[in-house]
Amino acid sequence: MSSETKQILTTDGIPLEISLKKAERKNKIKAFLLVAPLLLFLIITYIFPIGEMFTRSIDDKMITKMLPKTFKSMETWDGKELPSEDVFASFLSDFKILVEKKEHGKLAQRLNKEKNGFNTITKKLFRQVKRNKIDETQSIKEQIMKVHKRWRNVEYWQAIKRTAPPYTSAKYLKAMDMYLNEDNKITQVSEDRRIHRILWLRTVEVAFFVTVFCFLMGYPIAHLLATLPMKYSNLLMICVLLPFWTSLLVRTASWMILLQQQGVVNDFFVMIGLVADDNRPEMMYNKVGTYVAMTQILLPFMVLPLYSVMKTISPSLMRAGKSLGGTPFVAFWKVYFPLTIPGIGAGCLLVFILAIGYYITPALVGGASGTLISNQIAYHMKTTLDWSFASAMGLMLLGGVLVIYWLYNKLVGVDNIKLG
Amino acid sequence: MALPKYTETRYRIWHYFYIAICTFVFIFLIAPLFVIFPLSFNAEEFLVFSEGMKNLDPDAFSLRWYKDMVYGTKNPWGLAAKNSFIIAIFATLGSVILGTVAALGLSSRHMPFKGIIMATLISPMIVPLIISGVAIFFFMAKAGLAATHTGIVLAHIILGTPFVVITVTATLSGFDHSVTRAAASLGSNPVNTFMKVTLPLILPGVISGGLFAFVTSFDEVVVVLFLAGLENTTIPIQMWTGLREQLSPTILAVATCLIVLSTLILISAELLRRRSERLRGINR
Repeated sequence: MSSETKQILTTDGIPLEISLKKAERKNKIKAFLLVAPLLLFLIITYIFPIGEMFTRSIDDKMITKMLPKTFKSMETWDGKELPSEDVFASFLSDFKILVEKKEHGKLAQRLNKEKNGFNTITKKLFRQVKRNKIDETQSIKEQIMKVHKRWRNVEYWQAIKRTAPPYTSAKYLKAMDMYLNEDNKITQVSEDRRIHRILWLRTVEVAFFVTVFCFLMGYPIAHLLATLPMKYSNLLMICVLLPFWTSLLVRTASWMILLQQQGVVNDFFVMIGLVADDNRPEMMYNKVGTYVAMTQILLPFMVLPLYSVMKTISPSLMRAGKSLGGTPFVAFWKVYFPLTIPGIGAGCLLVFILAIGYYITPALVGGASGTLISNQIAYHMKTTLDWSFASAMGLMLLGGVLVIYWLYNKLVGVDNIKLG
Repeated sequence: MALPKYTETRYRIWHYFYIAICTFVFIFLIAPLFVIFPLSFNAEEFLVFSEGMKNLDPDAFSLRWYKDMVYGTKNPWGLAAKNSFIIAIFATLGSVILGTVAALGLSSRHMPFKGIIMATLISPMIVPLIISGVAIFFFMAKAGLAATHTGIVLAHIILGTPFVVITVTATLSGFDHSVTRAAASLGSNPVNTFMKVTLPLILPGVISGGLFAFVTSFDEVVVVLFLAGLENTTIPIQMWTGLREQLSPTILAVATCLIVLSTLILISAELLRRRSERLRGINR
């Protein structure tokens, strides 16, 4: 008997299989329609703008639009000796249009970023153009070269050619303290100007140590909370949950009060004779402040996942371990600890991800040596207004976080996050 | 935790060491919040405990900073508090509605591409705030919503929905779907079923998600710093500027009020969690 002859039919005569598939599809659409509003909202207001950060970070179209003819005629130039009359002529005509639109300043600025010295020579050329000193019936190349000796230098023309592609990786290289040199090779900036790499390293270092501190402090209390009888543990849980629900700025403010030179912590140190009254250590506006405040602020994010895992471990397992001849330490290390690893993974990754993008606390208690990459991003967004550079750094940070997020998803699963 | 009588000395020592560590960590967690309390009643302008306060002299305490917070002439706290509450309430409403509906779809077993959609919906919680801030700022600037309440509310909906999605999906995971089928078989339409059957059962989860969304919005400063103009100042912005320029005792008075508020939120969140666990316990 083949399956075709034995097909089961529903009451309206449609094969059951098809009818079920139809119902399934209908349910799928129903479920999807429920998610659609939020998904659409997030895609428009959040996911797309993050994509826009990417185009912004590599965009270099401004100059491509400013010098269209120049770049066209430069296509045939080999870039070794001074370009031909043709290139000079098209550069002049592009430049004249820019002067009319009063955009020659922007051009000078952009070119100066590529190679120092363009500001001066563009200004000189501008004056000549403004006074109509350039006679277009004669050789334009000769006349431009007379404006300033740098126009006779092939390196400047090479620099112009380098700006031709509409996209650039310059912002990303800059974030790593590197740049493309004259031969299109990636080069490091001079030693005294390498500021970003220090910030990246410091960000990772702070995030790493804060995670370690949170783990060292969070593990014992999560264990205590999970093993104590309910009525005590509920009370102690408040100590974890109250900071968790309290404003970040309030907690930062309290650390500023505690850690200042005349603050409570220093008072206490003086009282127990740890330090002399006239020699109180500086604990704020440096890394110590950042570490202490961030550890306290992120500790609940370590304790809560650990606690929820430890709560599910039956105490009889430890007893079994001990009754089989293990000392309490061995029983803990061989039985209890391996069972808590999912919680450790969740807690550590959560704290690390939060710490790596921290901004407010380092900015307030960190001082100059405690600022992190996020502070730099905010600085370029708000002060220098170099949004493409801020976008590039933000995306690099995001790349790092996404790798960690992916790990987290592999190890714990995002839908296993528990809150409170 | 009493130790059994036969415990060896070294484990006894270890046990007390463990208790000592835990005590230290609990103090480390909670003590900073209690420093603010007494200092906000300081009669003087300095942020240290004066001699009078140490001797519990009543003259050393006063309410002047609370008066300054409410009546101070140049103090922006009134406007900031009003803005903060308006923004947080609307952001919470938006997050709760969008998040609950999405969670209903997500916990359906028919949902296609569940993993990737869940990851997308939760992403604002995982992506560092500074990056969210930059991205949202680009969008709001383009949409002409920078420096408006609407823009900030929308931004906070983005940041708040992941919490609602997570808590409501968690509540729905213990939800017995046969009750909705029972309602449907009794002739109720889906909307009616949701309002009369599903919603009352998942309400604790919805409200606790809402609390998270409220706190997220009320406490949010990174994104607001990009978006807010002078008109849209909020409590966190005022605290941020205050802390950067000069730590004044008025900030401590505000901070004390915020701690009281968070205590209230903590209590309601805990009660809701217990109620939700009880409800789920019945279903099992």
